[in-house]
Amino acid sequence: MEKYHLCRMQLLFSQVKRLILHEIRLELKNKQALGSLVIYSLASIYISYLSFRQNIDPITWNALFWIIMLFAATNAVAKSFLQESRGLQFYYYTLLNPRAVILSKITYNVILLTGLGMLNYCCYSVLFNSPVADPIQYLLGIVLGSMGLSATLTLVSGLVSRANNSAALVAILGFPLLFPLLISILKFSKNAMDGLGWYVNQPYFIILLSLNIAVILLSYLLFPYLWRE
Amino acid sequence: MWWWKIAGLLLLLYTFVMGFLGPVPALPIINETIRNLYFHVTMWMAMFLMMTLNVIFGIRYLNSSNLKDDLIAEESARIAILLGTAGLITGMVWANFTWGAPWVNDPQLNGTAATMLLYAAYFLLRNAVIDPVKRARLSSIYCIFAFVMMYVFIMVLPKMTDSLHPGKGGNPGFNKYDLDSNMRMVFYPAVIAWCLLSVWLMSLRVRLRLIEKKLANK
Repeated sequence: MEKYHLCRMQLLFSQVKRLILHEIRLELKNKQALGSLVIYSLASIYISYLSFRQNIDPITWNALFWIIMLFAATNAVAKSFLQESRGLQFYYYTLLNPRAVILSKITYNVILLTGLGMLNYCCYSVLFNSPVADPIQYLLGIVLGSMGLSATLTLVSGLVSRANNSAALVAILGFPLLFPLLISILKFSKNAMDGLGWYVNQPYFIILLSLNIAVILLSYLLFPYLWRE
Repeated sequence: MWWWKIAGLLLLLYTFVMGFLGPVPALPIINETIRNLYFHVTMWMAMFLMMTLNVIFGIRYLNSSNLKDDLIAEESARIAILLGTAGLITGMVWANFTWGAPWVNDPQLNGTAATMLLYAAYFLLRNAVIDPVKRARLSSIYCIFAFVMMYVFIMVLPKMTDSLHPGKGGNPGFNKYDLDSNMRMVFYPAVIAWCLLSVWLMSLRVRLRLIEKKLANK
């Protein structure tokens, strides 16, 4: 029995690995989607630069960065299910474990969004004078924030793909769900920006980590119900 | 099973009479607005009960695929929104007198705003799907997600920062007011009264919807 169980887990992980590789291959083949995402966030950073110039106080700097990240994430993740045709979804359905599908999508989106976040951070710091005192902690914040944003929005995008397939609905359903995450990440990154020690930020780190785990666990548990049709 | 409805009404009557006329400690700033405890706080508790019912029946629907479970989930969310709005209004009136503004930047107020948006989005999702079976499944999944996030927001995050609410962030709490425990004598019956009233309202809505469905099928 135990052996059988182990086999199933191995099968799940091998499916996840293959699906992630498949996603990456698709993304590299169709560079347009990736390019439009990068241009979208660079353009929004530049719009903020034009509207604020350089006189921006640190709190606004931090808040603006996360608002840009939120919209970039919505744009990036919303397409993860909307892009696929019904035929392809049906094909997946016959072949794969639904949990492999959701885990692979979440992992892929985390990778994508973390990369995008790092890029955003670099450009943002170059354009505005960066007030960040502790870049390592701030980058850790970006990783955690990207994880939460992409995990939540991936499940919402899956929900919407079954509802009416409109990208607007992803934002409407997703934003209220993201409130707790955004509040904690704003606090975390503000502390990192002010260069406060690790012991100040530790509770926020724990909250963020447990929120991420909760969201991923919920997606893992609930996605099979979404898949069944 | 009708006695609990009568009991609810009697308790509610008691709440209103004793809530407005009963003795309360005289405290600076808060003064007579302390009576809001019997209405505002108790409505929130009833709302929380309705949200809990919503998520329980959401989970039940996922296991049973019985559309009646989904109906109960939907109607309890509706009553939760109603109670939430009532709690918001009573809270804003109270805050206007004690804090000097109807809306301040307080973690619990932020949590409330998020909760109302979450449940509004829940109904939006329900309206976006036409097929009843699919609608039930999608909204059950969403409401589980929403409940977890709401719980984090209302129960976990406010503990990490100071709040202006009584009993939090160094403000004197309920326990310090009721030295003669006069207030407890009204507060606990009021909680039960509002909870019973909300369950009654919800069951009436469910029955109404079932009759509507029956008539539509005729």
